Amino acid sequence: MPKDQGIGASPKRREDVRFLTGAGNYTDDINVNGQAYVHFLRADVAHATINSIDTSAAAEMPGVVKIFTGADFAEVGGIPCGWGVTDRHGNPQQEPRHPIIAHDTIRHVGEIVAAVVADTLEQARDAAEAIEFSLSDKPAVVDMAAALAEDATKVHEDLTSNLCYDWVFGNPDDDAVQAAFDSAAHVTTLELVNNRLVANPMEPRVAIGDYSRATDEYTLHTTSQNPHVIRLLMCAFVLGLPEHKVRVIAPDVGGGFGSKIFHYAEEAFCTFAAKACGRAVKWTSTRAEAFISDAHGRDHVTKIELALDGDNNFTALRTNTMANMGAYLSTFSTSVPSYLHGTLMAGNYKTPIVQVNVKTVFTNTVPVDAYRGAGRPEATFQLERVIDKAARELGADPIALRRQNFITEFPYETPVALTYDTGDYVATMDKLEQVADVAGFAARRAESEKNGKLRGFGINCYIEACGIAPSNIVGMLGARAGLYDAATVRVNATGSISVMVGAHAHGQGHETTFPQVVADMIGIDESMVDIVHGDTGRVPFGMGTYGSRSIAVCGSAMVRATEKIIAKAKKIAAHLMEASDADIELKDGQFTVAGTDKSVAWGDVCLTAYVPHNYPLEELEPGLEETAFYDPANFTYPAGAYACEVEVDPDTGKVSIERFSAADDFGNIINPMIVDGQVHGGLGQGIGQALLENAAYDEDGQLLSASFMDYAMPRADDVPFYQVDHSCQTPCTHNPLGVKGCGEAGAIGSPPAVVNAVIDALQSGGKNVTHIDMPLSPARVWAAMNG
Amino acid sequence: MAKVSMTVNGKAASGDVEGRTLLSSFLRDSLGLTGTHVGCDTSQCGACVVHVDGKAVKACTMLALEAEGAEVATIEGQANADGSLNNIQQAFQDHHGLQCGFCTPGMVMSAAALLKDNPKPTEAEIRDYLEGNLCRCTGYHNIVKAIMAASGQDVSSIAAE
Ligand code: FES
Ligand code: FES
Repeated sequence: MPKDQGIGASPKRREDVRFLTGAGNYTDDINVNGQAYVHFLRADVAHATINSIDTSAAAEMPGVVKIFTGADFAEVGGIPCGWGVTDRHGNPQQEPRHPIIAHDTIRHVGEIVAAVVADTLEQARDAAEAIEFSLSDKPAVVDMAAALAEDATKVHEDLTSNLCYDWVFGNPDDDAVQAAFDSAAHVTTLELVNNRLVANPMEPRVAIGDYSRATDEYTLHTTSQNPHVIRLLMCAFVLGLPEHKVRVIAPDVGGGFGSKIFHYAEEAFCTFAAKACGRAVKWTSTRAEAFISDAHGRDHVTKIELALDGDNNFTALRTNTMANMGAYLSTFSTSVPSYLHGTLMAGNYKTPIVQVNVKTVFTNTVPVDAYRGAGRPEATFQLERVIDKAARELGADPIALRRQNFITEFPYETPVALTYDTGDYVATMDKLEQVADVAGFAARRAESEKNGKLRGFGINCYIEACGIAPSNIVGMLGARAGLYDAATVRVNATGSISVMVGAHAHGQGHETTFPQVVADMIGIDESMVDIVHGDTGRVPFGMGTYGSRSIAVCGSAMVRATEKIIAKAKKIAAHLMEASDADIELKDGQFTVAGTDKSVAWGDVCLTAYVPHNYPLEELEPGLEETAFYDPANFTYPAGAYACEVEVDPDTGKVSIERFSAADDFGNIINPMIVDGQVHGGLGQGIGQALLENAAYDEDGQLLSASFMDYAMPRADDVPFYQVDHSCQTPCTHNPLGVKGCGEAGAIGSPPAVVNAVIDALQSGGKNVTHIDMPLSPARVWAAMNG
Repeated sequence: MAKVSMTVNGKAASGDVEGRTLLSSFLRDSLGLTGTHVGCDTSQCGACVVHVDGKAVKACTMLALEAEGAEVATIEGQANADGSLNNIQQAFQDHHGLQCGFCTPGMVMSAAALLKDNPKPTEAEIRDYLEGNLCRCTGYHNIVKAIMAASGQDVSSIAAE
């Protein structure tokens, strides 16, 4: 095996050539013969009763094929929520109906109120302007605390309140937890906001529904991270179609970051409308629509308290969080502030008592769901901010305080239901101190001060639960799906291989990394292996890509299927060499009989499988194709330590990131180049959250930052070159590759380091600032300095 | 409808367009050159950057009719004559300057325009020039590195392999 191939090598990405030459095949690049276009008329008020809709004039406009309103979907199911959380009293979450098109009530700006299908997009848009409405406005419920007030207007009249659930996790005994705080030597309290974000993958969502009368089959092309999940949800819960009559294809997808996991109304609409209109129906989101129809992320308000004993050991942690659900429950919405958040509150520390309290709240805003990290960034942010604040209050070194409280023995059972199988937080912190050149900070600070700038250094640790997820555990916790994955390895007669994988790549480079694994196991050239993904018509099954799960879960399925292939191939080789299977070895694509010079090549065995003239037909079926489903035994636990160095301009409050260093433990690594890239991207998003991004609503429920003019996306000059190290590797103990996943770490681990660094800078300048809510815009920093 | 004619990637191209048809739509929908991407509606993202008469232009900010008679270059025409990746494209692949690929055509076209005017840009000059090109995947690290490498600068000391 050449050393630029196989596990641990960084071959160039094979998908790059098509992307670099304009030959990618994104959903909007696809056009179906005879397709019509849909324009969705979206609510421009946050909360209103729909008295009537008159589409008669619009229907007469040129090119109009058909106009749909909520009444057309009265017989169709609503968009389902994939996770049922049980509250602190044992009751189910409140779960409102989530219609494809608003029926009698508008509940957020951007909700679909009518859909116009026409020959051209321009005609559809023009006709939509002729639709007449009568609405009665209702007060908009925007602020979470106000939404929970006794007399608050209800987002859903048929629910008892705006509370989705009130949940407790960890130690539910309030008195015991309070006793731990009462006996503490020191308690640090922090109230903070985890700012609401818009994922904004650069490719807006697109859906093309098509229906064949000849075969009674539907095809949906969609920008999805998980086409099989979309097919299942849409068929079983929304449209009531048999799955074998529906094919969902997610071709090249231009980024997702969670926002393309969920089943959206537009997908179901285009599928439904294709049959109703007798022709394919295409929808391409504008960026303006994306801001008000893609699920948003984060949006937590938290009070966190940390108790320490006289030796600075953490003795108890308690959090109270309100989490925004928006107007409806998106696919994974209810799992994010509960099981993807509460389970991570122990962090990297051996705090014996942890209590997490979460209230999820309905508001007249866009639904909120998973965004890169999903719950884990929210947990990490609170914990790493309160530890930093505690260090300052106690006059302790923030690194030493963390080190003192690290979990050091594995496996470790946390008080919040997880068992960390392996890790080495001391090693990643050692590595971070080196990569970040902690020793050189004082000199760099002096230099900045000479230039009239304040310089700050901030660190944080993080741990995440990835490789989502063991089906039996998540099932107990309310997941309405299994979270295994599947792979089929199809060996062709001439020895080349297609691997059908349930994971979906939308930037992660699976087309390069997955073949690295299979080729390495067999000892053949990577060019002989391709993967097939993103098409329910070609891939048997899969749960898709999110939660840093692709290599840990689907990759494990692929390994298992390849092991089956190798086992069968060895039997064929044994037959050809008249030896016993047990004596056959496979190395560099050659089967040999141990202790002899007999050998037969991979290609010959494959050919024999398909041309079985000399073949043990009584014992073995011809052919060489195997499938495996892999359900993980545990989550995986990537962890690490991050450091940020900022300069703050004391005159303007402008923060600039001067250095950012990351030391991660991802376990074993398939392709270091791609892992670096994943961390870089996460850091860019985390820095964006910390300094720039904010999805802000006004009190009427209008999204104020609803375009790239108003929503500050990180740009090239907002970020530095990053120092990224992943040489600390404690392999996962329960999956065959020893991998943990790396997709979300950067976004989870970076916001607290940035904020900690800014606080450090301000305090170094004599400002008594202990917290600023993200994003740390110049205005906010300046106000904090001068407040 | 009006007829518009221009040269695209060295070949004559023409079609019937409405007055309101954008150059980005004309390239994508009439000519089938779908490498020019549309990522926004406020001229902010730069996924649609092409060259018009040698200058980098956001194709969503120009009407197709305004390009009458112009020389337009798109991502589809950037590879070398033998089909291999050009210097900038190759640097993006070598340095992992792309992930999902959606911003990539605009990044490559912007980088080409930058290097034409400034053959050895500094890191700061590159970051400044890319102000109008958003990427959500890469955190920009490897894009900046790739452009420095494409300009012949030694990038081996830049952090992370
Ligand atoms: S599509 Fe042209 S700048 Fe975004
Ligand atoms: S590579 Fe995905 S947006 Fe840049």
